[in-house]
Order: sequence, then C-alpha cells, then structure tokens
Amino acid sequence: MASLARRALPALLAALLGTAAEAQTAPAVHPDSDVLAKGEYLARAGDCIACHTAPEGKPFAGGRSMATPFGTLFTSNITPDPEVGIGKWTADQFYQMMHTGRSPDGGLLYPAMPFGSYTKVTRADSDAIYAFLMSVAPVNQANRPHDLRFPYNNRQLILGWRTLFFREGAFKPDPTQSAEWNRGAYLVEGLGHCGMCHTPINALGGNSESQAFQGGLIPMQNWYAPSLTSNREAGVGDWSIEEISDLLRTGVSRRGAVYGPMAEVTYNSLQYLTPEDTRAMAVYLKSLGQEAPSPVTSTVPTTESSLLLSLGKTVYDAHCASCHGAQGQGKPPAYPPLADNQSIQMSSAVNAIRMVLNGGYPPGTQGNPRPFGMPPFAQSLSDNEVAAVVTYIRTTWGNRGAAVSAQEANQLRSAPLD
Amino acid sequence: MHLVRGVVVATALVVSVLEPAHGQSSAAPPDTMAERVLACAPCHGAQGEGTRDPYFPRLAGKPAGYLFNQLVAFRNGRRHYPPMNYLLAYLPEAYLKEMAEYLASLNPPLPPPAVPTAAEEVLVMGRRLVTQGDASRNIPACSSCHGPNLTGMEPGIPGLLGLKPSYISAQLGAWRYGTRTALSPDCMQVVAGHLTEADVAAVTAWLASRPAPEERRSVPKGTYALPFVCGSQPQ
Repeated sequence: MASLARRALPALLAALLGTAAEAQTAPAVHPDSDVLAKGEYLARAGDCIACHTAPEGKPFAGGRSMATPFGTLFTSNITPDPEVGIGKWTADQFYQMMHTGRSPDGGLLYPAMPFGSYTKVTRADSDAIYAFLMSVAPVNQANRPHDLRFPYNNRQLILGWRTLFFREGAFKPDPTQSAEWNRGAYLVEGLGHCGMCHTPINALGGNSESQAFQGGLIPMQNWYAPSLTSNREAGVGDWSIEEISDLLRTGVSRRGAVYGPMAEVTYNSLQYLTPEDTRAMAVYLKSLGQEAPSPVTSTVPTTESSLLLSLGKTVYDAHCASCHGAQGQGKPPAYPPLADNQSIQMSSAVNAIRMVLNGGYPPGTQGNPRPFGMPPFAQSLSDNEVAAVVTYIRTTWGNRGAAVSAQEANQLRSAPLD
Repeated sequence: MHLVRGVVVATALVVSVLEPAHGQSSAAPPDTMAERVLACAPCHGAQGEGTRDPYFPRLAGKPAGYLFNQLVAFRNGRRHYPPMNYLLAYLPEAYLKEMAEYLASLNPPLPPPAVPTAAEEVLVMGRRLVTQGDASRNIPACSSCHGPNLTGMEPGIPGLLGLKPSYISAQLGAWRYGTRTALSPDCMQVVAGHLTEADVAAVTAWLASRPAPEERRSVPKGTYALPFVCGSQPQ
C-alpha cells in the first residue's frame, strides 16, 4: 500500500527520472542472462519496484503517490519506454543518475529517490540493474507532475539540500573488516538505503551523517524507525546473527517481527535476498549496536502511572496473555516475546501504541508464507486502556520503558494507515 | 560447516540459559486457519458471524471467491477502508485464498432479523425491488443474481442476509458513488447507479427484516443463470 511510498521519503521526494533525455548512444544490447539475473536481484535489493509501481499498476511504470511534508510526489516510469520511460538512457547515464542524483538532462532528482545511498553502488552493479530494467516490458504511461507547495516546487532548492546532505561517492570497503562485514555494509548503506528511515530526519528533510542509523520518526507516517545503533532500540548487538538474518528475510524471528513500514521492506525486497546476503547485513548491523543505554524518564505522574499499571495488567491478562504469554514470553516466532523486547521499551512509545491500536500481520514471505497476526484493538479498548496496557508491557518483566499517557494513545488513533 | 553449526547451536544454548525469556520453550500456537484469522475476530466475530458493530459485516459462509476478491481488493487499495488495507497490505494471494476458503467454510447461525422500523409502504417497495426489480428503470431483481433465497452463489456472488442495515446501505451508497468498484464488467456499479436514495433505504429495510433461511450457505456455481455478465462471477 501507500505506506510503502512514504517510507522512502524521509528526505523529500520521488525521483523524477521521467523527463529524462535524449540519449547520446544506443542502450546496450542483449546482455547475457547472468547479468539480467544479477540485475533483477540487485533491483530487489534496492527495492526499486516498491516505489516505482502504483497500486494495481504495471511494474516499474511509476505513478505511485508519495505524501511528503512538502507536497505529493509521483514516482517516475522506469520501464524502457523510449518516450516516457528510460528507454533512451545509456548505462553511463543510468550510473550518473544513481551516483550523482542527476538525470541525463542535468536535472536534479528529488531526494526521495535515495541517491544519497545509491551513490555507493558500484558501476558493475549499476550496469546490471540498468540491463535488467531495459529488459522489462516497456509501458507507455506518462509521468504525472508532482504536486508540491511553494516554495518546494522550485527545483533549485534541491541544490541547497544537496550541499547540506549529499555526499557523493562509491562504497569504500574497510580493509580492517571481513569480506562478509563489507558486503553487509555495502548492502545496508547502498542499495538497501536503510538510512533513509533509520537516520533522524531534520526539518529540512535531510539525514544527518553524524547521526547515522540513530533512528527517527518517519514524516507523514507516524511510525518510529528505531535506531540501529542503540541496543535499547533495534540495535541488534545482543541478537544472534541468525535472529537478525531471520528477521530481515522472513519477517519473523525468535526476538521479534517486522511491522509497519519495515514489513513492506521485507515483503518487497529483503525476502528475495540470499541467506548469505541477509547474513552479511546481519553481521554489519550487529557491529553497529554499541551505544550505552540512555536513562528512561517518564513524563507521566507517578500516581497516574501506578493506576495505569494495575489497569494494564487487567487488560493484558484479558486480551494479550493468550498469545504473548502471562510472563510476556510470547510464542516465538509466531507471536513475539514482549519481555526484553527492545521494540517495546524504546523512548518513543509510538510503535507499541500503534501495534495495540492497529494490530497487524508480519509480511507473508517465502520463508514465512502464512504469518500469524495480531488483532487491532482500536475498536474495543479505550484510550485509558491502551495507555495502561502499553505502560504495563513497557515496565513489567524487567522491561524498562517509560509510562505512556491516554493522550498519547488518543493522538495515534488518527495516524495514517495507508 | 558442521563445526560452524555446532558453534551456533552452542551459542544459542548459552544465550537461552542466560536469558530465559528468549529461549524459553513456549508452546507454539495451533497450526490452524482459525488461529491465523484471529486478527479478524474483534470486528467480524470469532466465527465470522459479525459483531454488534453496525458497519462490520458477517463473513461466515459467504462464497470463497467473493471473499477472496474482497481481500485482494482491500490489499491492493481498490476497496478503501484503511484498517483493512493496512492489515492485508503484505499478504500473498495464496494465503488470502486460504483465508477466504476458511471463512467461507464457517456456518454459524444467522442473527435474528432486525425489528422493522420502516413504514409498511417502504417495506413493500423494498420487497418488490429485491424480488422483482423495476424493469421500467432498468433495475433487475436482487434475487436474479443473489439467488431466490438471497444466499448468493459460488464462487463470486455474496448472500445478502444476516447483514446490518447500516452496512447494506453504506455499501449500496459506495457502489452508487463509485467508491466501491469490482472487476470489470462491474455489474453492481451499473445496477446501483439506477437506484435512488429511496430505493436504497427500501431495499435495506426489507433485507434486514428477513428471517434466516433453512440453508444459509451459498448455492453451487451454475445453479441458476445470471441475467447479465458480471466480472466477479466467471461464467
């Protein structure tokens, strides 16, 4: 659904590859099937299809709307149609776009196209993706103009954004690390463009390099993308490599399941990666988790929070314990444990509250095609009950999250679901 | 390779000893579809029988093809209801088909009919539209597609009984205004386009007043001929 579109927009917007260009040279002809297969695989790793395909639309024909704080963007047609797609592009031009964020006519791409990450992609990988995209069915579907508010409809503003936030440059392996670690780093920082959501977004719609992978609220979606460095959040320093790899590739693990916008990433992209590649990503991600825990502070008054706790236990025992266990032990991997689950204890309680309100299924993947799901409780629980049960699971069984208020629960009832 | 695996297993064991919450051997949930559709229960009932909520429909016993079409339509955003769109967004079609078949197989009793609050002449008009239609306005009888007993026909035509009046009226409204659509040719949109608001109110009131028929499940495919071609019901 549309949430997928929004995931990619931390920065601002969708690529506008479409107005593209008169080609100087003809596209490469008939690459061999190995290159095509590699290109398809890498396009999966980059999750191109998710943003460049509209709901019920033709693959890669674009037209998906992406709501941003600056207006609505519509993704571009990246099929090889010579008029409205990228059919006239050369492999050189495609690489320049990936590497520099400029379309062949020199136009600046909106940074919802994650060229800040794709700049790290190697020339050989870019060429393979190009060859694959040139092999898909061309679709003659014109690009829809963006609908951005003044002053964001002025593309020159992108120059300023680039000065502040864009660092051009291919991935450089760290010789002190293993080949596996470097492969993982390349996938996470490059095609995976994980930093688009997992690095805080500032008011200018940029990711700050100094806060890489430290987590942040995703604009427009009201989901919190947890820090990948803090072991108190999605930092996976104390997870096993298998648990991390399982989570990425199948959507579930013995420690937790993917949900919200991350479910879409696993569904469209990560489930198709080889176990070796998700394992490499796991090795790299595990090495990021090292930050010392920050102290927990609650803004909810103590008397209110003790009332919440006793109500919370009542609600938990009645509605949650049958799946998540009386002691929060869960029935992993079907039903995630809540005890010692970082996702519940993060300083932001947004995700825990939303899971209670909206429920959800992990993505159905090749590794987990028939996922168990969680019912939504927005209809049956009051704001007080939601706050109480979330407070209870955040503070019981050794969990060390802060209490949440009924007001916080209430505000998230109107969070967008699509 | 074995050595590596051994180390991994050993590490896992150590972890489970140190942190019982992770490794605790807790029972796995029952490997059933009933367990897998628990997420539907708060709004649609544990047996798909519906709940007291006036807008959430009964699912049990509707034809599997119809339920599957709706699940896919919600997943793809063609049918728009954000809580449903969200829940189904990342589920593969094979799984949605299994869910549809499971829900179609359920057969809990229908609720007692609503006590009619509409005036007698409204009910009479509703009955006429449902059972005879109005040829002068190109309105076919509901029963010509949804069946003489209004229990629908497999695989794609749903039954119309056991639904709350507010749900029926909201859906007919959505068809009329084009916010609910189906596979082309979208016969329901054509039919609903001929209905006035008064027609919708009458049809809704009469349908909701109907008692449960003896056999509440849909009839098999091909039991009767449809008056026109319908995208949701492959011939």
